[in-house]
Amino acid sequence: MEAIERHTISVLVDNEAGVLARVIGLFSGRGYNIESLTVAEVDMARHLSRITIVTSGTPMIIEQIKAQLGRLVPVHRVSDLTNEGPHLERELALVKVNGTGDKRIESLRIADIFRARVVDSTLESFVFEMTGSPEKLNAFINLMQPLGLVDVSRTGVVAIARGPEAI
Amino acid sequence: MTQELTGAGIVIKALVDQGVDVVFGYPGGAVLPIYDELFKQNALRHVLVRHEQGAVHAAEGYARSTGKVGVVLVTSGPGATNAVTGLTDALMDSIPVVCLTGQVPTHLIGNDAFQEADTVGITRPCTKHNYLVKDIADLPRVMHEAFYVARSGRPGPVVVDLPKDILQGKGAYPDGIDVERRSYKPQTTPDADRIEQAVALMASAKRPLFYCGGGVINSGPEASALLTEFVRMTGFPCTLTLMGLGAMPASDPHFLGMLGMHGTYEANLAMHDCDVMINIGARFDDRVTGRLTAFSPNSKKIHVDIDPSSINKNVRVDLPVVGDVKLVLEAMIAAWKRTKARPDAAALAEWWRSIEQWRGRDCLRYKNSDKIIKPQYALQRLQAAIGDRDFYVTTEVGQHQMWAAQFLRFEKPNRWMTSGGLGTMGYGLPAAVGVQMAHPDALVVDVAGEASILMNIQEMSTAVQYKLPVKIFILNNQWMGMVRQWQELLHGGRYSESYTESLPDFVKLAEAFGAVGLRAQKPDELDDVIREMIAVKAPVIVDCCVDQTENCFPMIPSGAAHNEMLLGPDDVAKPVSEEGMVLV
Repeated sequence: MEAIERHTISVLVDNEAGVLARVIGLFSGRGYNIESLTVAEVDMARHLSRITIVTSGTPMIIEQIKAQLGRLVPVHRVSDLTNEGPHLERELALVKVNGTGDKRIESLRIADIFRARVVDSTLESFVFEMTGSPEKLNAFINLMQPLGLVDVSRTGVVAIARGPEAI
Repeated sequence: MTQELTGAGIVIKALVDQGVDVVFGYPGGAVLPIYDELFKQNALRHVLVRHEQGAVHAAEGYARSTGKVGVVLVTSGPGATNAVTGLTDALMDSIPVVCLTGQVPTHLIGNDAFQEADTVGITRPCTKHNYLVKDIADLPRVMHEAFYVARSGRPGPVVVDLPKDILQGKGAYPDGIDVERRSYKPQTTPDADRIEQAVALMASAKRPLFYCGGGVINSGPEASALLTEFVRMTGFPCTLTLMGLGAMPASDPHFLGMLGMHGTYEANLAMHDCDVMINIGARFDDRVTGRLTAFSPNSKKIHVDIDPSSINKNVRVDLPVVGDVKLVLEAMIAAWKRTKARPDAAALAEWWRSIEQWRGRDCLRYKNSDKIIKPQYALQRLQAAIGDRDFYVTTEVGQHQMWAAQFLRFEKPNRWMTSGGLGTMGYGLPAAVGVQMAHPDALVVDVAGEASILMNIQEMSTAVQYKLPVKIFILNNQWMGMVRQWQELLHGGRYSESYTESLPDFVKLAEAFGAVGLRAQKPDELDDVIREMIAVKAPVIVDCCVDQTENCFPMIPSGAAHNEMLLGPDDVAKPVSEEGMVLV
């Protein structure tokens, strides 16, 4: 058996009705994994959206995923950032922590270390906003667990290649 | 000059501008505006089917036998959902079809209105692409783009969902509609380096084999002519898939017959033993490969396909060539001539000697009888009766389909219409209707089983209405034969629900539809019945009563390899592996 690899794939698509359903339906219909998926319009003038998918599979499956995505009619370009060289991955999380006393102070202190910002506060809660790699977000969320973590909302990964090349 | 038309008028105008001459359809509330426009014109013929599934299969038959796009027109809700099987069939076999579906008016979409279904949602996974038109300004472009997408690249079905208010509204129909999309650019011209490498690899082969499929047919008759030329030029053997039959003449000595689960001994053993495989327009389907780990284990594989997703999907290949078969073959032939390729003649002669030995096993032989009609014999007599003329054959799905593929001989492309990928029982009769519409004077035979034919028997009524003299040749063994065969070989002979009690009297059934019914019960009646079937200028059903217990051989059991095939009832199958038992 070939080893399972994790790949981050950027897909440039026409921003038209149903395009996200096509991509998601392709993954569910063919049994591919989606670890995370984000989508937003990135070119208003040309109505193009960028979908970032983090997926995993054997090299043969990853190759299939890219070929199947490329076959969809509204897809302009499929770019395997993992294969194509160094790239940046970022995710944003909003993390709600309830607590008073020492735990509340400790959560603030850790937030400072992770460069998370407080974006909402009551006398018994904080909402932290934090950006970083998925691993960094995981680490922060784990640390908040014993300190009163009650709610998390994450965007999923967005990614872009390093250097001057565009998709 | 830009014209102002209703949405329905735009639909009709676009169809005519696309060169459509026949539409297969069934009316209903949501498409009434289109039917009203149809009524007012003479450029388009409409064939009223009796079930929307039949409309899609008829359009497929039309498309496969002409190379043009087949067109379907159905209403919203059940009209669209009934078309789903046909659309899936067209997707699996890469058949260009444009299916226009009615839809409830845009302001009612999502309200569970009468005859509303989420047609684009339902058909998204079973079409190459689909559209819901919510603005009449988009309609002309969408109509033309639908045809472009259906026929270009790897062909497939496209749905255009048309809300009734769009059909009733008024809009502009401009001149010179540009269907080029910024996305979707199928690669048709092959990479020149790959062609050089492929030809060099072929020239170095000692045991080469062409393995060609429906992609050759889809690339047009010129591609089939080029393939035949190339095969003869190289002197290499060639096998064809179920979808590829007719891509080179069956009478050519280089042709080894069909390969795969019910393919010939020589084709499958050649596949197993070859050292260079040239796959042109085939997709390594599981019916062809058998157990993947044992599939052609020692070959270097060249794979020509217009669809990059077909490459390395099931089988890892050494040399992929993305492009249209016709252009690839032109380039390969040119490179072969330019490089004056001379394969090792001695090795090739030795390879042919092995193949002739395998051929000598005469793997399609069967024990004939003078008391009971063997299905193979019936098809041999059919072939003998029609072999000297141009004929078209459709089939249903099952044993009869495999026997037809084994025993009928196709000399030209676009003559063989069968449901390969999806395996849709009920395909053959409506497909024959579509073929006969495209070729009114041709001989069109639907080789059927008595179970499959009942799945779309209502289309007899269509055949009678349009005076389409299709010949339905039923190999009637009263069993779902392929199900029965698997139950016998794999499930201890427990024939669970595979026998059909209370079959209709097919002769009377034909007569009830206003067609002609004939029956053959003894081998010596066959020739007369077949002769009469061909002579009758009307739809005919032949009830050919055949041996109930005959099995289809050769057979590669599930999970087995090409060199583990069963040649006949006397070959004892090894117990099928657990892995094999879960395969279909």
